[in-house]
Amino acid sequence: MPLFRQQVPTGPHYGVLAEFATTTDLYHACERVRDAGFTRWDAHTPFPVHGLDKAMGLKRSPLPWIVLVAGLTGAAGGFGLQYWVHADAYPLVISGKPYFAWPAMIPITFELGVLFAAFGAVFGMFGLNKLPMHHHPLFKSKIFERVTDDAFFISIESRDPKFDPSATGKLLESLGARSVELLES
Amino acid sequence: MAQTEAELLDNPVAGNPTLILRSPDFHAITDAVAEPIERATPIGWWFFFIPSLALLGLLGVAVSWLFWEGIGIWGLNVPVGWAFDITNFVFWIGIGHAGTLISAILFLFRQKWRTSINRAAEAMTIFAVMCALLFPGIHVGRVWVAYWMFPLPNQMGVWPNFRSPLLWDVFAVSVYGTVSLLFWYVGLIPDLATMRDRGTTHGRKFGYGLFALGWRGSMRQWHHYESAYLILAALATPLVLSVHSIVSMDFAVSLLPGWHTTIFPPYFVAGAIFSGFAMVLTLMVICRKVFRLEHIITLRHFDYMAKIMLVTGSMVGFAYATEFFTAWYSGNPYEFFTFLNRAGGPYAWAYWIMVSCNVISPQVFWFKKARTSIPILFVMSIIINIGMWFERFVIIVTSLHRDFLPSSWGYFVPTRWDIACLLGSFGLFFTMFCLFVRFLPMVATAEVKGVLPQADPHHGSDLQPERSKDHRPAWPHRGPEPAPGGAS
Repeated sequence: MPLFRQQVPTGPHYGVLAEFATTTDLYHACERVRDAGFTRWDAHTPFPVHGLDKAMGLKRSPLPWIVLVAGLTGAAGGFGLQYWVHADAYPLVISGKPYFAWPAMIPITFELGVLFAAFGAVFGMFGLNKLPMHHHPLFKSKIFERVTDDAFFISIESRDPKFDPSATGKLLESLGARSVELLES
Repeated sequence: MAQTEAELLDNPVAGNPTLILRSPDFHAITDAVAEPIERATPIGWWFFFIPSLALLGLLGVAVSWLFWEGIGIWGLNVPVGWAFDITNFVFWIGIGHAGTLISAILFLFRQKWRTSINRAAEAMTIFAVMCALLFPGIHVGRVWVAYWMFPLPNQMGVWPNFRSPLLWDVFAVSVYGTVSLLFWYVGLIPDLATMRDRGTTHGRKFGYGLFALGWRGSMRQWHHYESAYLILAALATPLVLSVHSIVSMDFAVSLLPGWHTTIFPPYFVAGAIFSGFAMVLTLMVICRKVFRLEHIITLRHFDYMAKIMLVTGSMVGFAYATEFFTAWYSGNPYEFFTFLNRAGGPYAWAYWIMVSCNVISPQVFWFKKARTSIPILFVMSIIINIGMWFERFVIIVTSLHRDFLPSSWGYFVPTRWDIACLLGSFGLFFTMFCLFVRFLPMVATAEVKGVLPQADPHHGSDLQPERSKDHRPAWPHRGPEPAPGGAS
């Protein structure tokens, strides 16, 4: 995935937005949209619906690898800093121990590993989710305001190769959508 | 309502405990949590906020005078060089630990009941860590050189001693504060988006919207979000155990009888969780009443919390006994004297306050009637917090006040500025908490919605996932497994 790809479709339409009444309807509709071969589409829910990522056919999140790298960087940096300070920059004899008394360096190594891993988790998640993104065509829809309250949606973007303004809307209607809306971009 | 709340809790559906009463729909949850923020400020809120703000003002005065005059305004002496300052520090950092236990450890153990209380408990953690960070910062005397605690390049070419537990503490507490803040904020994002979308004024839409980062509830976003949340929980769990262990090493690594014991790390962690749950209980009893959230924060939650307090309180009691046994069994006369002096010396009053508050009174939680009685829970939560403050006071002051030579024995009496700093820290804590419940959703609505029965897509008998598979149309490109083509 290129880092700076076009975030939203250009052209007259962003795509279609369909509302579903229950998580069950949404779940089954997602399975069908996935099987219909759409690639640029999404489900929108007020809370993470259990198993919906499978119904959408999403791959595992790469976030754990980002966190692992960040955490190891933090731990290595923390250990390296302490080694450099005590064995090189400012050597002091403390309690007759060697300059490089590594067991005493473990707590700070651990803490900095956790700190960097947490930064990796949060900012890695922001990066993968392309947050912050305060403007989005979906926000132009009035009913979409309820996505953070009690409504469940599927949106299919117009740049999906299988997208067709009327046929895609009909497909979503046939899957039990309560309402289908064509969104301007 | 014919049934009482307690009866409703005892009538779970199909073996699943009822976590949320009155079986509300998703919208009712949003309303219950968001409306108190959107309504005009209730009178009851001012009733808590104004005294808190007054105490915060007192803290400002006390700290300013401390900076002007120096730590001589406190009752510290030789040999008691640490007293209220470090007692308050350990007390507040301990309070914070229950928040992380609820948000991270109970999350990893899939304890769904945590969803009603985790947001407020995490907020409590952050405010408690703020109070805790204050005391080591101001107790150093020359606060303008407090930056020497950090490994910053400087013109003297001097670096801090990384082999000292006091420096481990600087790192542990600041990492803990940062990670707690990140964890809390990540949990807040979906609820900030809810507040943004409900917002009727431009200010609310902009203010909440700015921090909601444009969250749009997308499943592709939830997918990474849930991964991040799980990882943060997995990171916060060892972190919280390490933080209070390192705090305890401030004492345990010294050679002072009464401090130099290996039991300290687990003993401190248990005590931290004990006191923190008591503080969560104090806050929740008030909040659920003031904001009418009795159906979301139920007696079942209190029952579970009381059980945790019974367990951790008993662990703390066991640790008190073990310390005594070890002091006697070690055959070290200094060690044994310190403990006899604790229970029978000049500070015996503090020791017995500690034992009666922390070990004896929590035994009432063996009874379900006590665990589900709001007045008993509230009084017990205050008693436990008093007891846990005294525990830290006893550990710190009684170990210091009788040095090895009787010529260097002393007695610590707090001055009015010691007491002003203690009360002022409560002012800081409660001011922050009042502002939090006024302006931010104090229940994690997205998580509470997720534990409602209708949140599960396979909820209901006629909607088995197998059935839907048979009804799937045979699209030509459909593979045997869920097609991964959906992922970008």
